[in-house]
Amino acid sequence: MAAQRFRVLPGFGLTMGFTLFYLSAIVIIPIAALFLKSFQLSWADFWRVVTTDRAMAAYKLTFGASLIAALINAIFGTILAWVLVRYTFPGKKFIDALVDFPFALPTAVAGLTLSNLFAGNGWLGQFLVPLGIKGAFTPLGVIIALTFVGMPFAVRTLQPVLENLDRGVEEVAATLGAGRLRTFVKIIAPTLLPTIITGFALSFARAVGEYGSIVFISGNKPFQTEIAPYLIVFRLEEYDYLGATAIAAVLLVISFVILAVINYLESWAGRYQR
Amino acid sequence: MSIELKSVSKQFGEVAAVNNVTFSVNEGELLALLGPSGGGKTTVLRMIAGLEVPTEGDIYIRGQRVNDIKVQKRNIGFVFQNYALFQNMNVFKNIAFGLKIKKWKSADIKARVRELLELLGLEGLDKRYPHQLSGGQRQRVAIARALAPKPSVLLLDEPFGAVDAKIRQELREWLVRLHHDLNVTTLFVTHDQEEAMEVSNRIVIFSRGNLEQIGTPRDVYEQPANEFVARFIGVMNVLELEVFKNVGRAGELQFPAPGYADGERIRIGFRPFSVQISSDLNQFPYQAVVRQTYFLGVMLRLELELESGLLLRSRMSKEEYANLALYDGKKVSLQIRNYRILSREHEPLGPELTAPEKSSLFVGEGI
Repeated sequence: MAAQRFRVLPGFGLTMGFTLFYLSAIVIIPIAALFLKSFQLSWADFWRVVTTDRAMAAYKLTFGASLIAALINAIFGTILAWVLVRYTFPGKKFIDALVDFPFALPTAVAGLTLSNLFAGNGWLGQFLVPLGIKGAFTPLGVIIALTFVGMPFAVRTLQPVLENLDRGVEEVAATLGAGRLRTFVKIIAPTLLPTIITGFALSFARAVGEYGSIVFISGNKPFQTEIAPYLIVFRLEEYDYLGATAIAAVLLVISFVILAVINYLESWAGRYQR
Repeated sequence: MSIELKSVSKQFGEVAAVNNVTFSVNEGELLALLGPSGGGKTTVLRMIAGLEVPTEGDIYIRGQRVNDIKVQKRNIGFVFQNYALFQNMNVFKNIAFGLKIKKWKSADIKARVRELLELLGLEGLDKRYPHQLSGGQRQRVAIARALAPKPSVLLLDEPFGAVDAKIRQELREWLVRLHHDLNVTTLFVTHDQEEAMEVSNRIVIFSRGNLEQIGTPRDVYEQPANEFVARFIGVMNVLELEVFKNVGRAGELQFPAPGYADGERIRIGFRPFSVQISSDLNQFPYQAVVRQTYFLGVMLRLELELESGLLLRSRMSKEEYANLALYDGKKVSLQIRNYRILSREHEPLGPELTAPEKSSLFVGEGI
């Protein structure tokens, strides 16, 4: 036996016990129940329910739009975080507070606002629709809404890391003759990449789970603008509980796999860091 | 002349970080920029590098005015206190970074990096990432990276600040050797006067943005230009005297102070080794008690309390201490061999004076 280490604050047993209990009650048991419920279907039935053309279209839209939205957030969120950390300008505090807005706003309100804005007679829609850019009741609308709700995740994840970035590294690169672009591409970007990926993952996870804002802006047309979470609700409204849980289980598995891949990417990007 | 600063000033908003500084550095010199923190020494280093733009004045590197030359084009090597290594690159890529920018051929880069790894004792570490290195190794990588493109001058900001005392001593010696081998003009910033004295050929002393003195370690120690330097370099006893009939007094201590008016207050200073001690109470004019002894290795520092309560610091070798059979609480007699009249800060100092032996006997007779 190794000698017991002295701890100022004992309580590993208590906190670990609580953690396990909490995780079980909040996460593991509901997910297990979901799977068990969907296993009441035979494999053939399950496969049939989850691979209908309508379901396939819904997965494609949900994950496709979420990936695109997360990507947009990763890029513009990085720029936004950069501006907020590196520069001082009038109204900076206000813009900084504005970033949290999508966190706080009920998503249904966001959806309503966005669909009004981008509809053919809306503020932006009246100019964009004649140009062929239809922001409401189209997959594009879904992407817009998902970008909106995911944006703060990308910004808030990156901000503290950017603040701690050592300016000396940039200065030393300059003394060695490196211009701004090279310094950014070779030194700053690789250092930030793991965090950008984390922000991407959070934004993506948020987008996959998003429901409230999409219902309004997408129009929920089957095969076109119907997202998987909406399909689940639709099945529930038909009292097809098994069908709903089966699709939910598929969503869960795909999300899990994608998040695992992102996690791997993250550790790969951060391989040279502690 | 490798580097020249002519009337260089730097303002940060209202604050003058550097105030009308002029000095020059010889080719191949190892120069210390010394001063308390906030003295402006790091700002001077950064202005030479081009990381700060002087508000006024001109900077020359090898005869060329560099005020308008960007940091990227100045061909200087800069080593930060925290090393600022590129965490996402291994040791080889860190060192090769500047060479790639200068578009060296890959075979030349390999040869140069290998040469530096060998020179700095980093063989076999080229594939390691910075987080896999010790503090000393990181610093050497930072120096190798700065040296790789063969800069005309090497600038080091507090190079020994971030390591512990033992390694610091090794690094000092190592820096002297490295400088000897490479003979590249090197400037380093430090707040540690001992470090500056030990390592450099010459020292530039700053305080509050002003250049106080530039000179060899011996110059600044033996001929301090003003009170600040005298007090900053080494240990000094400082006393305030009140002059009466050409004699300055502090407690029972008396010093000839010719040329000062009655009632004038002057400050004098003397080094600890100027305090001469005898265990014979009658040998020297003043009586004191040994209050505290500090062992500094070969040397000892003593705190002596005079009868009037004045405290003086003295310094002696272990042998002397043993010969005098001293211990804390022992009564001794002492005299002050020589001292310097300190004027106000930033004013030139007078020459060192020799205090006449048994001064108290003569003082009354009006010297």
